[in-house]
Amino acid sequence: MPALSDEIRAKILAYIPRYPSKQAVTLPALHFVHDAMRCVSYEAIREIAEMLDLSPAQVHDTMTFYQFFREKNAPLGKTRLWVCRSLACSLRGGEDLLETFCQKLHVQPGGTTADGKITLEFAECLGACEGAPAVMVNDEHRHCVSDVDAVIREAQG
Amino acid sequence: MPDFEPILLRRINAGASPALDAYRADGGYRALTKALTEMTPAQVVDVVKNSGLRGRGGAGFPCGVKWTFLPPNHPGPIYLCVNADESEPCTFNNRILMDKDPHQVLEGILLACYATKASVAYIYIRYEYGTAYRSMQKAIDEAYGANLLGKNILGKEFSLDVYLHRGAGAYICGEETGLIESLEGKRGWPRIKPPFPAVEGAFRKPTVVNNIETLACVTHVVNRGADWFKTIGIPPDPKNPRDAGSYGSKLYCISGHVNKPCCVELPLGISVRELVDKHGGGVWKNRKAKGCIPGGISMGLMTEAEFDTPLDFNGPGKVGCLGLGTAAVTIFDDTTSIVDVLYNICRFFAHESCGQCTPCREGTGWMMKMLDRIRQGHGRMEDLDILDEVAKSIGIMPGTTICGLADGAGWPVKNAIAKFRPELEGYIRGGQKTSMSLAVVH
Ligand SMILES: Cc1cc2nc3c(=O)[nH]c(=O)nc-3n(C[C@H](O)[C@H](O)[C@H](O)COP(=O)(O)O)c2cc1C
Ligand code: SF4
Ligand code: FES
Repeated sequence: MPALSDEIRAKILAYIPRYPSKQAVTLPALHFVHDAMRCVSYEAIREIAEMLDLSPAQVHDTMTFYQFFREKNAPLGKTRLWVCRSLACSLRGGEDLLETFCQKLHVQPGGTTADGKITLEFAECLGACEGAPAVMVNDEHRHCVSDVDAVIREAQG
Repeated sequence: MPDFEPILLRRINAGASPALDAYRADGGYRALTKALTEMTPAQVVDVVKNSGLRGRGGAGFPCGVKWTFLPPNHPGPIYLCVNADESEPCTFNNRILMDKDPHQVLEGILLACYATKASVAYIYIRYEYGTAYRSMQKAIDEAYGANLLGKNILGKEFSLDVYLHRGAGAYICGEETGLIESLEGKRGWPRIKPPFPAVEGAFRKPTVVNNIETLACVTHVVNRGADWFKTIGIPPDPKNPRDAGSYGSKLYCISGHVNKPCCVELPLGISVRELVDKHGGGVWKNRKAKGCIPGGISMGLMTEAEFDTPLDFNGPGKVGCLGLGTAAVTIFDDTTSIVDVLYNICRFFAHESCGQCTPCREGTGWMMKMLDRIRQGHGRMEDLDILDEVAKSIGIMPGTTICGLADGAGWPVKNAIAKFRPELEGYIRGGQKTSMSLAVVH
């Protein structure tokens, strides 16, 4: 059975006409796969490469440059919770906040809770510094976070 | 000076709707109509050039001049890469523009493409801006529906496609050639220049890279003319023949230890002190400021005594900072340890160096480790000289690296050692340890 569903394949194919080179679809393709499957397996890499006329090594090379994408041995939980540790947040308690999340979720940054619901990560400036300390729940900002439990409840969905 | 009326934030401050109808009702797309019906592309380039508009992405290069570097009479395609990667720490103005007034941005993109004869624009947007991504996508869809994008826009001979392209959490993809490599589906490794993107950029074709705020300004320059733009901001310094002036308004981001962190639009040339006291609500907790970063962390550090420095394209340089950068000011109060500030900054660059150039890859990591040692109470006095030496040996300026990330990594360290040396020495001599939580991760 192929690693990529028909739906993901259709999405990737639809992006090809946007660019003069198929290789440019690499990041969008990785995003589609990663979003749906929470990691990008070797099989998925091979199939993306085939669709884009690339060698799997090219796709893998690009993918691993962006620490954003997860390999199969460490998939992303249902929700990615990113806690900003850069300057503006750090000055307003960002690093303490990260530590509190670690304690409450019983994971280190990069880790996923035992129930697979939340992956906790540190982030560099999320571009929400007026709302420091800031976090992201998947791709949405939460400003001036003080109620850690509320964010965790939201992330648990 | 009479009270300044915001231009870029006018609709946003008024709480106006981001929808196309509302934007049009507020006079939106008038600049585009004017350009398409009354102006040639060359005339649009001219008005932008004459306005003195300089890039808002950090480097401050004159926008219209950059457009003239495209090869004349090129058969095409020519591309516009819109830099919406905005990852410089403490900077968030591009996000606000895209979230809240996407058509203003899109109109600027259309005008830039008309002027430069670009047929496709790729908006490279950092992944973290999910809300902005959806807001821009909605605006793009609306624009296609209204014949503002696609073939023969507004019945004229001008066609344009605009696509959003999401990044994946790498600061270096904001550097224009790192962005292009990333767009092409490769690792975001900056290219050696020349060739500059205008000659050989995305997909080996002539390419213009512009920041979101720069493009938003273009809309108003075309609408109201170069002379109007020049009534705002600071004219060139007559004593400096190379100064191109600091015209127009700027979106200043204020964060850190102030009572009211915010983004405010003001004429270029406002001082840090005025930003903090008047717009940021003053330093929090009734404390005093110790210093700030004046334009994103890459621009270095200012002491409180330097807060009267005007934030235009020349001001920060006069007090030893790298430049205006993104005009993002982050204040730290007098209870904050400069060691903690500097460690945080160095850790960022060590994490974000793309690793291509040895001095940057190794130097940023080395500086971070030394600062970590100092902040844990094991610093040695000679560490300060080593830090200074490393900082001075990495970057485009000493000529050891491909891109400016390394210059930005070195600058805060150099500034800290020049401006805060007694505090650093006292910290080391006293065997002081940080009072901040020792980060869970380095
Ligand atoms: C390390 C590094 C990161 C950068 N990040 C950004 C960024 O996130 N956004 C941006 O607009 N420009 C960024 N720049 C500047 C771009 O290279 C480029 O000068 C700019 O996008 C040009 O647009 P402008 O002329 O409209 O300012 C960065 C530069 C460097 C060296
Ligand atoms: S200076 Fe640093 S970030 Fe820039 S290309 Fe070299 S290694 Fe990469
Ligand atoms: S420093 Fe945390 S969002 Fe910018």
